[in-house]
Amino acid sequence: MHILSVLLLALGAVATLSLALQASDGVMSFHAGLMGLFFIAGIALLHRRRRNWAGGEGYEDGIIRAGAIASTFWGVVGFLVGLVIALQLAFPVLNFDLPWTNFGRLRPLHTSAVVFAFGGNVLMMTSFHVVQRTCQARLAGGWAPWFVFWGYQLFIVMAATGYVLGVTQSKEYAEPEWYVDLWLTLVWVVYLLVFLGTLWKRREPHIYVANWFYLAFIVTVAMLHIINNLAVPVSWTGTRSYVVWAGVQDALTQWWYGHNAVGFFLTAGFLAIMYYYVPKRAERPIYSYRLSIVHFWSLIFLYIWAGPHHLHYTALPEWSQTLGMTFSIMLWMPSWGGMVNGLMTLSGAWDKLRTDPVLRMMVVSLAFYGMSTFEGPLMAIKEVNALSHYTDWTIGHVHSGALGWVAFVSFGALYHIVPIMWGRQRLYSMVLVNVHFWIATLGIVLYITAMWVSGILQGLMWRAYDHLGFLEYSFVETVAAMHPFYVIRALGGLLFVIGSLIMAYNLWRTMRGDLRIEAAPAGTTASTVAVGAAS
Amino acid sequence: MSDKQIDDVSGMETTGHEWDGIRELNSPLPRWWLWTYYATIIWAVAYWIAMPAWPLLSDYTRGLLGHSQRAQLSNQIAAVKAGQADLIARTAKASLTEIQADPELLEFALAGGRSAFAVNCSQCHGSGASGGKGYPNLNDDDWLWGGTVAQIHASIQYGIRADHDETRFNEMPAFGRDEILNPQQVDAVADYVMALSQNPGLADSLPGKPLFNDQCVACHGVGGKGDKELGAPNLSDAIWLHEGGKPVVVDIITNSRSGVMPAWVGRLDQVAIKQLAVYVHSLGGGK
Repeated sequence: MHILSVLLLALGAVATLSLALQASDGVMSFHAGLMGLFFIAGIALLHRRRRNWAGGEGYEDGIIRAGAIASTFWGVVGFLVGLVIALQLAFPVLNFDLPWTNFGRLRPLHTSAVVFAFGGNVLMMTSFHVVQRTCQARLAGGWAPWFVFWGYQLFIVMAATGYVLGVTQSKEYAEPEWYVDLWLTLVWVVYLLVFLGTLWKRREPHIYVANWFYLAFIVTVAMLHIINNLAVPVSWTGTRSYVVWAGVQDALTQWWYGHNAVGFFLTAGFLAIMYYYVPKRAERPIYSYRLSIVHFWSLIFLYIWAGPHHLHYTALPEWSQTLGMTFSIMLWMPSWGGMVNGLMTLSGAWDKLRTDPVLRMMVVSLAFYGMSTFEGPLMAIKEVNALSHYTDWTIGHVHSGALGWVAFVSFGALYHIVPIMWGRQRLYSMVLVNVHFWIATLGIVLYITAMWVSGILQGLMWRAYDHLGFLEYSFVETVAAMHPFYVIRALGGLLFVIGSLIMAYNLWRTMRGDLRIEAAPAGTTASTVAVGAAS
Repeated sequence: MSDKQIDDVSGMETTGHEWDGIRELNSPLPRWWLWTYYATIIWAVAYWIAMPAWPLLSDYTRGLLGHSQRAQLSNQIAAVKAGQADLIARTAKASLTEIQADPELLEFALAGGRSAFAVNCSQCHGSGASGGKGYPNLNDDDWLWGGTVAQIHASIQYGIRADHDETRFNEMPAFGRDEILNPQQVDAVADYVMALSQNPGLADSLPGKPLFNDQCVACHGVGGKGDKELGAPNLSDAIWLHEGGKPVVVDIITNSRSGVMPAWVGRLDQVAIKQLAVYVHSLGGGK
């Protein structure tokens, strides 16, 4: 088995290194070289850890520690790039007139860094943690989970450097070119197999609800990724390719993908996080098993239809828009089912919100989740969309979900996992968690309110006609009107970045084993302080 | 491994399963949640019945209301057009001065012109028509090709150095690059040109004056007063199309410079072009 693994990696190294030498453009050469180094490093790593991977006992926790570090790192990077592009929108001079620092290249860098690098690493880390704990089984596949982890980091690096160097297939949230897509497909299929293998090995009779959500996330993302990215490379040795879809079919495929990336990556995946860490942290049973079943299957069934609401009033046939809109409305309660189940799980433990800022972060994330999953169906209504579409309202909506829900529940999970995985009594500082909570919440509020006002203003200005039937404003006047809100948005982003740096510092000190001497907040009991040590 | 317990806080029974210490209550679905869910489903079905909704083999269900987005849009456009039809027909027939004399047509022309300007012209001339470096300010009374409404109309129709037979065209020689003047002479002419607006008393005594009279007066006129027939800018006022003082003047004398404005005939209809001319004329500097 060991020999076979080494052979496989060596084959990969030979193939990619020869591609690096044959490549018809510089970026392909660079990326193929990176893949070659990846395989060579893989052989070295495999050799050093062969005993550990051949017959490891207990849980595989090293990969969770690696995931915690990677998540924190990519989170800070992604938020920082977000701040940079927010400032570029407010002050265009910050584009520096260079291709590599242009908004057009940095924007996908930001979205991919936060969604796929930060969000993806959090999902992998927590799924590996949750599936092992709730199945009472070690991760399946020997070194395969580590291939998933490092392979995914390589995907991130290739995607990010590709964007900055101008390589893109121009599909939103799916910008990487064909060879990076193929690499991700390989990594993702191994991820699915590791997850399924671990479920197969479980010593519990039933599969816990969090694992349903993880599995739905992994399977659906694989399907979305493959179909949306079907493309024909111009040459096997070059970066360029042409997507097989064209015209309105391409647009619909794109938004079927884009919307379900939100649905299955940023919703189903993070609901899985909620379903393990909230009851764990609150030390309360899940509120309703029945609700979890009904809202899970409703969510899975309805979400996949909702994509056309991104294409209201376009060349997309009206019947298709109707389906997108009505399924979005029907999606409202299935989405809220997760919030209800999360919030009601706290009944009997609400007092912990006063003393445990980590739990408070998770609860506020559920509130933001509820808010943005109400706003989403609202914006999917054609008449509302006629005003909101193409405006900053959409950006605000995305960020109330992304910052408020996805990032906050991830921060909660990270704060919970790190002391456990490094065997610490508790976090380095609960006071810093509290500071992070407030500063980030303030940042989100500034961000969303600025985008609401700017988006609605923008929409109203675009559609304003005078009494003689002529357009009231030029486009550039609407751009100028956005400026103050862009400054406020950047300020909100700055607060969010500062919060994430505070978290990174706190987690780093926790990993080192430091404990800040802090007075316990009023009402703290031993159990809330030591909740991390409980598992 | 079923181990059903009663939860102390809620009095609810658990399902009997446990994963890593997590149990699940067997609570029923919240009523308000379930009924709202049903309501959205009923609403969706009703919407499908009323509106275009489901694809069929070669058609789709049209819905009882017979609604069509495309028809809605063309109706809205038709309604606006119908409201404007009379004024558009009158504008098409009227001359520029007749439009300016008729209060109703003038109001319509100013509104339409402002809107057409915002969409087509503001990219270069600015949303307030105040221009920018290399793009003329249309609010002042300094005109390169003339500021009467007819002259403005001609400039908009045929453009400046545009791809049209009747476009306004001129070309200043590149005096330095083509070695008509040496660098010292260029510098001297630039000093003279700068003095025309900044220190007219001094200008006459400068060594650049005879050079200017030899090379430049044919277009720019004696004393650099300019010539609107030729599109030659007035150099004796303080208004500069290409801002930047003497270094820019030296560069222009050396290399020449020629801006371009597209011909709008064919891109915009005649009514819109007339309205634009009246609007630009009204901005403050119309002659």
